[in-house]
Amino acid sequence: MLQYIGRRVLQFIPVFLGVTLMLFILTRVIPGDPVAMLSGQRAQSPQILAQMRHAYGLDLPLPQQYLRYLSDIAHGNFGQSIATGRPVREIFAEKYPYTLELAFAAILVEIIVGISAGVISAVKQYSFWDVTVTLSTSLLVSLPVFWLGMLLQMFFGIWLKNWTNGQLYLPMSGAGGAGAPFPSYVYLILPAITLASVSTAYAARIMRSQLLEVNGSDYIRTARAKGLSEGAVLRRHAIKNALIPVVTFIALDLGAMMSGAILTETVFNWPGIGYAIYTAINKRDWPVVIGATIIVTLVYMIINLIVDISYAFLDPRIRYGGSEGRQ
Amino acid sequence: MPIDDKTLVESAREDDSAPIGHHLETGGTPLDQVAAESGEGSRTLWSDALRRLLRNKLAVIAMAYLVLVTLLAITAPLWTKQLFGDPMYADTTKIMQTRFLPPSLAHPMGTDDLGLDTFARVVYGARISLMVGLLATAISVIIGIVLGAVSGFYGGITDSVVMRLTDVFLAFPYILLAILLISLMGMGLGPVLVAIGILGWTTIARVFRSSILSVKQNDYVEAARAMGASDLRIMVRHILPNALAPIIVYATMSIGGVILTEAALSFLGLGVQPPTPSWGGMLNEAQSYVVTQPALFIWPGIAIIMTVLAFVLLGDGLRDALDVKVSE
Repeated sequence: MLQYIGRRVLQFIPVFLGVTLMLFILTRVIPGDPVAMLSGQRAQSPQILAQMRHAYGLDLPLPQQYLRYLSDIAHGNFGQSIATGRPVREIFAEKYPYTLELAFAAILVEIIVGISAGVISAVKQYSFWDVTVTLSTSLLVSLPVFWLGMLLQMFFGIWLKNWTNGQLYLPMSGAGGAGAPFPSYVYLILPAITLASVSTAYAARIMRSQLLEVNGSDYIRTARAKGLSEGAVLRRHAIKNALIPVVTFIALDLGAMMSGAILTETVFNWPGIGYAIYTAINKRDWPVVIGATIIVTLVYMIINLIVDISYAFLDPRIRYGGSEGRQ
Repeated sequence: MPIDDKTLVESAREDDSAPIGHHLETGGTPLDQVAAESGEGSRTLWSDALRRLLRNKLAVIAMAYLVLVTLLAITAPLWTKQLFGDPMYADTTKIMQTRFLPPSLAHPMGTDDLGLDTFARVVYGARISLMVGLLATAISVIIGIVLGAVSGFYGGITDSVVMRLTDVFLAFPYILLAILLISLMGMGLGPVLVAIGILGWTTIARVFRSSILSVKQNDYVEAARAMGASDLRIMVRHILPNALAPIIVYATMSIGGVILTEAALSFLGLGVQPPTPSWGGMLNEAQSYVVTQPALFIWPGIAIIMTVLAFVLLGDGLRDALDVKVSE
């Protein structure tokens, strides 16, 4: 196990260096004058520009600049907002808990709805429910999530409210808080469904095809032959084994969701890091856009590493099968 | 000295006294066959595939839809203005009378907050979506083919470097890297196109690399090499045509994804700037009217879904017709 972790971490290092090198080249080398961009493109006197260049270390040779860049990252220095002067790190610390909350709520939806839809449609193959699940998953993967978000806002925020004379509806935006008309978890419902939609469709598809495959295997026939009821075969033998690829998918998806849901957060004004990036784009506050993107990318890489490692705890075949085991 | 393939083929023809099996029946020599398999002779494969594709009802419907939308999009400047009004510039003096009109013969999808015809704007949006979908995919395919070819053909260190590069690209959250690239290039159609194109090559490169690895083993590649063909010639004439089918399938399937990404970026305000209509941009503008004017966001959304679905179905059809295995 330790050996496996060691190997994964060793594989992580070149990718980490590659990603930071790419970020460094993109944000520091390619833009002709990063100082002009970092200072908000206002005209500055040559002396001030030279001072800033020195302060950012832009007068150093490139390899040395890259080392400084790495050290900046290690010290949590990701630039600051032009609009407010706040460090990006601080903005991130304030917004990220909301993003995490939304990600976990969405994963919950994905696990419950995705897996049960997949099981139902495999068990009742070619039935009405199977066709419904198959059609809706095809549709879900071709629609823009933010459009689905707007559709849900319309149904549950407006129509439902009109039909029930304002008795029953779901909040359309924000995250609640003190003085809000609903407890805060209610604000999570629509964004979580929206964020989960596409992955739920994939999870259901994978679950369905895996279960159909497992159902044809010898040990299932054995279980039936020894007289187990269909329900027991399904619960005790089939689902457990069919779940493995689904769990892999969901775990990787959690990493993707924790890297921010900029579209979902934008539609629902959910105050996470994605929405912060969107508002920064609108204000042309590029240091925030760039800094937040970099932090989120690093978080995403580290989460994926953790998912990989913890997955090896669950499935011993990966530990012994080397890095190819996941494929 | 560059070796002329033609003279080689001719000299080989005279020397070759032991043609292989079934090639005799086609009347040609094995070397003719090598040349034929790499290019012209694959006609039967493609016509078979076309026949299978045309038997697939969903794929045919998808194609018909895409042809129709493409025609509407290309010809849009010729008729939208006369029939439905200017899709970009509003007559500011009459906004109060012309805004938020319900669907009618004059305005099949109604009008928006500026009194512009929604149908005309959806048709104009198709121009952007189709253009970005096709061009960005083309950029990805070109980068992917070149890197995949180099990686699969040469192997060794070149291969490792390219594969680590794909790892680095895949380590980024996709949409955020696109946002980062666009914020560095400045907003608009060009940057969106380039960003999506640059980011999409990894899958194509991997697919192409693995088809090259399998095609490379074939005898006719060995034969071409024995005849002294250059690496480039072997790649373009002998390997590419035989590794093309998976690329076509993946490219078609990914156009749908590219259209979704473009819509997302325009929705975030990074794409085509107003007044030029794009589906994502229209959804962004419609956000302010979700409560009062839901029709404004329904139409562009339906346009996106139908177009993306059409490319997915066409990709599925091509996959079955060309008998390509695609892992989910």
